[in-house]
Amino acid sequence: MSWSDLNSTLPELALAVTALILLILEVVKEPPRAQFAWTALGGIALALVLEFALPIEGQFYNGMIALDHFSRFLNVIFMITAAGAVLIAVPYLRKSLEERGEYYALLLFATIGMMFMAKAHDLTILFLGLELLSIPLYILVGFYRHRVRSNEASLKYLLLGAFSTGFFLFGIALLYGSTGATHYDAIRQAIVSDGQLSPAMTLAGFGLLLVGFAFKVALVPFHMYAPDVYEGAPTAITAFLSTGPKVAGFAAFLKVIITSFAVTTQHWWGIVWVLAALTMTVGNVTAIRQDNLKRMLAFSSVAHAGYLAVAVLVGTYDSAFGMMFYLAVYAVTTLGAFGVVALIEGEEETSLEIDGYRGLARRSPFLAAIFTLAMVSLAGFPPTAGFLGKYFVFSAAVDTGNTWNIWLVVIAILNSLISVYYYLRPVVAMYMQEPADETPLPMSRVAVPVFLVLVLIVLGFGIFPMMLVKSGVAAAGSLF
Amino acid sequence: MAETLYLITLFPLLGFLINGLAGRWLSEKQSGYIASLAVLGSFLVSAQLLLAFLALPAEERLLTQTLFSWIPVGDLNIQVGYRFDPLSAVMALVVSGVGLLIHIYSIGYMQGDPGVRRYFSFLNLFTFMMLNLVLADNLVLMFLGWEGVGLCSYLLIGFWFEDEAKARAGMKAFIVNRIGDAGFIVALILLYHQFGTLSISEIAQAAPGAQIGRGFFTATTLLMFLGAVGKSAQIPLYVWLPDAMAGPTPVSALIHAATMVTAGVYLIARNSVLFSLAPATMSIVAVIGIITAFFAATIAITQNDIKKVLAYSTISQLGYMFTAVGVGAFSAGIFHLMTHAFFKGLLFLGAGSVIHGLKGEQDLRSMGGLKEQLPTTHWTMLVGVMAIAGIPGLSGFFSKDEILWAAFSRHEGFSWLWLAGIVTAGITAFYMFRLFFRTFYGKAAWQEAGYQPHESPSVMTIPLVLLAFLSILGGYVGIPAALGGVNQFHHFLEPVLAVYPGVGAAAVQHPSQGLELLLMGVSTVVVLGGIYYAYRVYVQQPTLADDLAQRMGLLHRLSFNKYFVDEAYHLLIVRPFQALAEGLWKWFDIQVVDGAVNGSGHAIARISGAIRRIQSGLIQHYASIILLGVIFILIYLYID
Repeated sequence: MSWSDLNSTLPELALAVTALILLILEVVKEPPRAQFAWTALGGIALALVLEFALPIEGQFYNGMIALDHFSRFLNVIFMITAAGAVLIAVPYLRKSLEERGEYYALLLFATIGMMFMAKAHDLTILFLGLELLSIPLYILVGFYRHRVRSNEASLKYLLLGAFSTGFFLFGIALLYGSTGATHYDAIRQAIVSDGQLSPAMTLAGFGLLLVGFAFKVALVPFHMYAPDVYEGAPTAITAFLSTGPKVAGFAAFLKVIITSFAVTTQHWWGIVWVLAALTMTVGNVTAIRQDNLKRMLAFSSVAHAGYLAVAVLVGTYDSAFGMMFYLAVYAVTTLGAFGVVALIEGEEETSLEIDGYRGLARRSPFLAAIFTLAMVSLAGFPPTAGFLGKYFVFSAAVDTGNTWNIWLVVIAILNSLISVYYYLRPVVAMYMQEPADETPLPMSRVAVPVFLVLVLIVLGFGIFPMMLVKSGVAAAGSLF
Repeated sequence: MAETLYLITLFPLLGFLINGLAGRWLSEKQSGYIASLAVLGSFLVSAQLLLAFLALPAEERLLTQTLFSWIPVGDLNIQVGYRFDPLSAVMALVVSGVGLLIHIYSIGYMQGDPGVRRYFSFLNLFTFMMLNLVLADNLVLMFLGWEGVGLCSYLLIGFWFEDEAKARAGMKAFIVNRIGDAGFIVALILLYHQFGTLSISEIAQAAPGAQIGRGFFTATTLLMFLGAVGKSAQIPLYVWLPDAMAGPTPVSALIHAATMVTAGVYLIARNSVLFSLAPATMSIVAVIGIITAFFAATIAITQNDIKKVLAYSTISQLGYMFTAVGVGAFSAGIFHLMTHAFFKGLLFLGAGSVIHGLKGEQDLRSMGGLKEQLPTTHWTMLVGVMAIAGIPGLSGFFSKDEILWAAFSRHEGFSWLWLAGIVTAGITAFYMFRLFFRTFYGKAAWQEAGYQPHESPSVMTIPLVLLAFLSILGGYVGIPAALGGVNQFHHFLEPVLAVYPGVGAAAVQHPSQGLELLLMGVSTVVVLGGIYYAYRVYVQQPTLADDLAQRMGLLHRLSFNKYFVDEAYHLLIVRPFQALAEGLWKWFDIQVVDGAVNGSGHAIARISGAIRRIQSGLIQHYASIILLGVIFILIYLYID
């Protein structure tokens, strides 16, 4: 290990140190503990600065970590997501008197995990990142110890997560057994010289790896845990859970597929095709019936995983770019939407039902406008960035000229039409129905930056997308 | 000159923002004035540009303004801009002109409604979206407007949301339109894939010479037409429009008569080059149009809700417009679109004035004899029904007869279109005068119900009078050659519309004038016959109506129940889909995932249930499904 190796992981180290400081503060500091959030944010800001101060290209730690535009693009998303999750958590935790240092520390550890997943160029590092992400999340989901649902969600997540991690690890082991490598490039070379996705050991290894990814990004039928966990978790955590880890999962999924397994597409595209079609359809159709906003958004995020899987399946330069754009927009939008839900839900989650949103426009015009914008972008209306994300991904699929891809896009478009129905339901409730009680909602100033970033990205990048397009193109370029 | 183009849409956008954001600090009146002023601004700019146009030679009548380049990267370069040419000029003037009158009218109509600021902000937003739709030089921007007007329509239909039925109507409109929009989007993708651009003019330039099979054009235009069928309420997607009447009456006038619903006709005219390359689509458009015109007219005969009669009449008139564009007479379609905006806007506002005077009563059976109480409404509506019926000298006569003539002179066995059109014209005259007589003449049924009808304030009657004048005079821009005119309207639009081979255009320009005059005579006789019959049935011998209804038993029931189309859709489409959603929901959510969580108010049951579920090990359930997935993946890989 050299200094340059260490330098390549400086942002992660900064976050780790901040997390440790938070754990110590938790022991020594008496409430109120407003500084926790600021400390966490300071750590994230430092990591962001370090991220940009780093040399951009190269492989480190014997090629196990790769720094490029791809990893930087995603790390920025992760840090924005983490910062947003911190800001949303402040009023949320204060309300429930659970403001404790380990909350932020765990959030930062999970963020480090995500960053390693994007930087990984070796299956072992990927696995390490995945676990570093998952374990803090198991705890965070059950952070409300006194709430049965929170505990139930945590336990479910832990058990099923462990189950799927088993497959994932077993897949890595099988791949190592058959190719003698865990490094992405080495695996590709082994497969190329070997010709096919055979022998059976490679085949099974790849299949199990696929299962691991499908679980992490919640593709049907591996999504079962998602709605339960998202609903049971504290809403501020759900906001993080449905964005960061999903982005990290897809980023790693895309990178592994393109770097190591692109030559074998003809063997497995059918699987991903079916998973993508199933995921978007089940996600959307089920979301229609949800009256609980948290659960509705959970199914919505399942549906979005289906659209994103299209980009993985296509696997071209264009689709990789489309996915980068999509992920950035999706993360900010979903985070903001859950942020609104977290602010509105009231103590003991009393107003999560759609009825709780009646007349919100009158009680809090700002939150109503933000939530509307988020819904419109998730539904994919122009001129929001959500529309462009869908457009880039779908048009990349159409451009391949492959009939099966085009049919998948047709399914995806029909699905996004269905989705408009449930995305607009809260909008109708907020603007066109009378509130049950007229009292204005107290607005948390702390969370305002999250929402402003949402407006900036959803509308700003919707109308003037060039900046994000350029970074996205550069990020996608690193994979090829 | 082109620099001011963006002002046309900017004004309503500002109006929307002011009323939407600062509405709470405005008085009811101020809110209405601001909204109206915004539309007035659009109207003045459009009118000024049009006047400047008329001074120019025909080939120079084109203004474009690029607002910005949306995504200037690689081959994907979408320019967002406006295009002002004769076609969009006509549309912008109709939208802002008729829209302005309806905004002013709304100040009176919506007075005292608690949601009036919200109403005006939606109305301005709608105008903004509609102007974007007609001014777009790019199909993406057009689609944005297309979706936007749909959204506003949905918001305004459900404006009085207390009422479950009204909320449902909004939802129905929304869902039916999504079916059409799916077609539109797929058409956009196909076009982009083929031409590498979505600019309307670039596609129009590239299409005729392109080495592409006919099938491509047939497919894309059919998909576009599917969008038009949804938006413009044609068979089989018309069911939403009658229900959309749940919204405030000025909304019905603006959105569901004068502007939004005609967007489908505009879409076809705008892309006339593409449609001309797809004769199969054109025939389908014409046939769907005429069938819709006929069927909707037969339904209108028996409806008792004054707004429903007008709604079916709108569907029927839209059918005429589609017939026109379907036989290649694009300018005739747009001509009728314009005159229809005048007289149907007038009729809706007149109906609104009646409803206003009767405190919300919409049933024709509770009206009658209102001539004395509502004098201005009475004579303006008389102009409206005469115009729609096609009495010679009024605007509807010129536009309708141009369509009928185009249908007749389209050979290849399409003259039955003309016959159906004539019959429909007779029916139209009958049911419009039925509406008129039952409202203003005969027994004053409102007395029993205890209403005190009164004429509307002048803020409402002045728009009526202005629209009445437009309904009379609007046709004189398009006097056909057979009547000694030069059809200026047609020549004005000619440069931007395609010439559809084999029809129309030639026949419209060089008709055998004697024949055309003869056909006009026939249609006038049929129309007068329809009016006379309505007079006999509803004024001279009111008992005749019930007799007829009984004697026509089955036919009457079919028409009265709108051919049971709603019921059929419910049975064939809505129920199975609900069952599917319900099934998936139950299966995944209750059986497999989680049951009790969704219900609120069962917290204790939920908690105990949750504990029980953990103990009974539902996670194993999930895990086994994951295992099934694993097996599926591995089997797939091995078999492959």
